Amino acid sequence: MAADHNAFITEATIEGDADAEGPLAGTTVAVKDNISTAGVRTTCGSEMLADYVPPYSATVVDRLTEAGATIVGKANMDEFGMGTTTETSAFGPTRNPADPERVPGGSSGGSAAAVAAGDADVALGSDTGGSVRCPAAFCGVVGIKPTYGLVSRYGLIAYANSLEQIGPIAGTVEEAAAALDAIAGPDPHDGTTRDLSEVEGADPDPSYAAAADGDVDGLTVGVPTELFDGADERVVETVEDAIADLEDRGAETTEISLPSVEHAVQAYYVIAMAEASSNLARFDGVRYGHRAESDGNWNESFAETRDEGFGAEVKRRILLGTYALSAGYHDKYYKKAQDARAWVRQDFEDAFADVDVIASPTMPVLPFELGESLDDPLRMYLADANTTPVNLANLPAISVPAGEADGLPVGLQLVGPKFDEETVIRAASAVEDAN
Amino acid sequence: MSDTSESTDAADADGAGDADASAGADAAAVDADEVRHVADLARVRLADDEVETFAAQFGDILDYFEALDEVPETEREEELVNVMRPDEVESGLAQEEALSNAEETEDGYFVGPKVS
Repeated sequence: MAADHNAFITEATIEGDADAEGPLAGTTVAVKDNISTAGVRTTCGSEMLADYVPPYSATVVDRLTEAGATIVGKANMDEFGMGTTTETSAFGPTRNPADPERVPGGSSGGSAAAVAAGDADVALGSDTGGSVRCPAAFCGVVGIKPTYGLVSRYGLIAYANSLEQIGPIAGTVEEAAAALDAIAGPDPHDGTTRDLSEVEGADPDPSYAAAADGDVDGLTVGVPTELFDGADERVVETVEDAIADLEDRGAETTEISLPSVEHAVQAYYVIAMAEASSNLARFDGVRYGHRAESDGNWNESFAETRDEGFGAEVKRRILLGTYALSAGYHDKYYKKAQDARAWVRQDFEDAFADVDVIASPTMPVLPFELGESLDDPLRMYLADANTTPVNLANLPAISVPAGEADGLPVGLQLVGPKFDEETVIRAASAVEDAN
Repeated sequence: MSDTSESTDAADADGAGDADASAGADAAAVDADEVRHVADLARVRLADDEVETFAAQFGDILDYFEALDEVPETEREEELVNVMRPDEVESGLAQEEALSNAEETEDGYFVGPKVS
């Protein structure tokens, strides 16, 4: 069954603790192939790491197996997480179980497709600019992007460290929340993780699964005009219906404005590409990964190795990131992008003074047809308009199915204040109940 | 000990899909020489057709990034603090594990390409 959608790069079993009790005992999990699994190859969807076998597991993998979950395979993905469709994978595209002629979204497309097709109960993805929420929306499942610092990135092969978090994908809000309960929490191996008892205003002992109670009575939902402008009308209608369902259940909605988000995609791509150009410098064929058979000196050997190992989108981002950081351009691109990031963060903070959550379409478009956007990178980047602001602001967000348009899944995105995952989970569970 | 068992033929796996992406690139702010220069800095060898495709695409993408000029200078209130801990000796990767993914090793060392 799995082969039908090409959801997995590697099918392999890592048994969970058979004595564990709790909601994850006996569940099956697909793990995105940029998350390290000891003894099971971890490719990042790239020729560069086609034969790379990590000697250790990511913290999130250990936590899942300790909670009784069994890993069933490594999920397909855009190469190094760079894409919105899972078509940049060196292992071929994944098909969307909701419509096999369409993409599953990306970059965690294999993870979402595995859950949507029933090949796994739960999946892990990573979300740098929407890579958990986009495929969740396109495949009609639930995806959570946690607050930066809630989940350990130890063992996640880095693309853009300052933006990315590992997050769960599942068929229901409660299942995704239960997986988050298992993987969240401080980790001495990742100095950016936070202990919630030391975070001002955060619930020191959250239960995310318990928050999926559907109770939105009195909740204030902000609806930002900027994240609806320019979206496909069919998407907007479906999302507005879902927001109306929240109102029927006692939530109040109010229109808000987030002017900074008009610059989020630009800022996101400059920052992500800059970080990628630095992170991916490690792939030189010496310590791990593909190595070209080169007669040249080390510079020539590295360049040939990286030519052979990286696909077009990865090269594009490394080169643009290098350009944006190079002498004469740093202030123009990178510094301005950091200004934009601070502005987006401030905008959200101001908004959360008045509202509890912010609702919008997850993706402004319906799932692309296979091959539709591959030749036009800028068009693919623009599809990330609604998801990238959340990463820039380090906030928690969830994509929950809002319904269908023309038979295709549409996702509603709910964004909350820092470390208030419980509120976005609660609101999402109400959307789910109404469907 | 050297291990050269692996030699995948990845050379043709990329780039081919972007053959006609140059259509519609009218404001090419980047020329082929600049693409070659950046590729050189980043240690990525490019084929000539890749250089042409990237030059056109980079023009479009950088044009789009121009809008960052409209962003006001923003007070950056970073709440960032250094996370420190005392140094403690603990076990890490064994040498054998650390070397296990290297294409070529010798006497417990990585073997890199020649320097010149």
